Amino acid sequence: MAYSDKVIDHYNNPRNVGTLDKAKNNVGTGLVGAPECGDVMRLQIEVDENQVITDAKFKTFGCGSAIASSSLATEWLKGKTVDEALAIDNMDIVEELALPPVKIHCSVLAEDAIKSAINDYRVKNGLPALELPKSHH
Amino acid sequence: MLTLPIYLDNNATTPLDPRVLETMIPYFTQKFGNAASRNHAFGWHAEEAVDYAREQIAALINCSPKEIIFTSGATESDNLAIKGVFEMYASKGNHIITATTEHKAVLDTCKHIEKLGGKVTYLPVNAEGLIDLKQLEEAITDKTILISIMYANNEVGVIQPICEISALAKKRGILFFTDATQAVGKIPVDVEADGIDLMAFSAHKMYGPKGVGALYVRRKNPRVKVTAQMDGGGHERGMRSGTLNVPGIVGLGKACELARQEMEADTARISAMRDRLERELLTIEESYVNGSREHRLPHVSNISFKYVEGEGLMMGVKDLAVSSGSACTSASLEPSYVLKALGLSDDLAHSSLRFGLSRFTTDEEVDFAINHVKEAVAKLREMSPLWEMFKEGIDLNSIEWAEH
Repeated sequence: MAYSDKVIDHYNNPRNVGTLDKAKNNVGTGLVGAPECGDVMRLQIEVDENQVITDAKFKTFGCGSAIASSSLATEWLKGKTVDEALAIDNMDIVEELALPPVKIHCSVLAEDAIKSAINDYRVKNGLPALELPKSHH
Repeated sequence: MLTLPIYLDNNATTPLDPRVLETMIPYFTQKFGNAASRNHAFGWHAEEAVDYAREQIAALINCSPKEIIFTSGATESDNLAIKGVFEMYASKGNHIITATTEHKAVLDTCKHIEKLGGKVTYLPVNAEGLIDLKQLEEAITDKTILISIMYANNEVGVIQPICEISALAKKRGILFFTDATQAVGKIPVDVEADGIDLMAFSAHKMYGPKGVGALYVRRKNPRVKVTAQMDGGGHERGMRSGTLNVPGIVGLGKACELARQEMEADTARISAMRDRLERELLTIEESYVNGSREHRLPHVSNISFKYVEGEGLMMGVKDLAVSSGSACTSASLEPSYVLKALGLSDDLAHSSLRFGLSRFTTDEEVDFAINHVKEAVAKLREMSPLWEMFKEGIDLNSIEWAEH
């Protein structure tokens, strides 16, 4: 199976690999997937007082498409408000990276990671966790 | 000069040896006759070539040329052996014993047998990939007609205790079939010394052409017969109809001859390279060899690099052609059933690479592969959350992972 140029670019030059301090109150961490399934994504966001995501980092165990999906997600997250970030849909990632059908689950995982990170941030800051639709699985 | 990418997937297929190709060429355009044409020189030449190939093959595996049935490859040979015995010996019983790490060509054929009303026992293997002889003996019933255990495994290279298995089969009057696709031409295989009744193998795993293989069918002590699975002209002693693939058969013959002459030297060189590759790659922290290292083909190494995912790793080693136990591309997301049968956890199975060296692999290529893999593993671990957790001393089993 051939990867798209964009997947290869993200794989070779992943954006925003790293770790934010998960103990900080303005950092939200999402850890999704499972080692048994061959994909684990950890996505972190740092949010300022205006609800703007000022930094985003990821680490991913998975195939090239999973790495590219999470790398792209961090790129998109930076500068967005938390509400805007919630609107990111996995199909946007599929389209941008030209993922084939067998790799759609990588984009789903990235969307889950974004929402999970936002929820972590919300709960830390006394906001109720959002109900996340689990329709993808 | 290194030519990239480097081919290290020789368990999938091998390149054709140029000497094999040279031998085959006349049989496409000049000596193109049908080996079954008895009434003219074209047919005689073709038949002579086929008979010569039979001798070359027989010399490699120590059988009579008459015991070779040509097929389209090992998958067909597996089908013919198992289905053919099941039909031929139906009056004797309907039970077959095999193992969970067999090739799909054997496992799926056995599943088919079950649909036909046959009974199949699938023996487990230990962490080394070996079957337990005691379990094999216990699985035998008075309805058992066939034991089908592969000579050497395609994913991890583990060699089964063939002589012990065949002795057991003989003692109980059961036929012993072995899929020796990965073994013939790579290690000494002797159907007499090994006590084999039926044996499948193919040309393209030993520097021969694709699309041709053989089934060895014993003619004496005991005389074995299989029911043909294809109707037609009654070629190959009635066991496999169809016009013989003369150029392919000539290629298989030549490949066997070269294997017989060069196996010892090849093995010494290839296993030294494999051992060096393995030794170097095992200097990577948290890397593990899968399967027995003692009972193993000389050219194979299957290694798991914990905390990196195999498919991602293969993308990182894009200048190497290798294969992975990860099956991220398949719809099931299930990793290798062979590695799982060895007791590997799913995450370790997902983290494996299989290296298969060949007669044409060079030291320079091995050096390149070592560095390439080391760099890719290091890079992927830098971006692996699991590696970070491991380094922080977090037990990954203590985390409640979301199933998806």
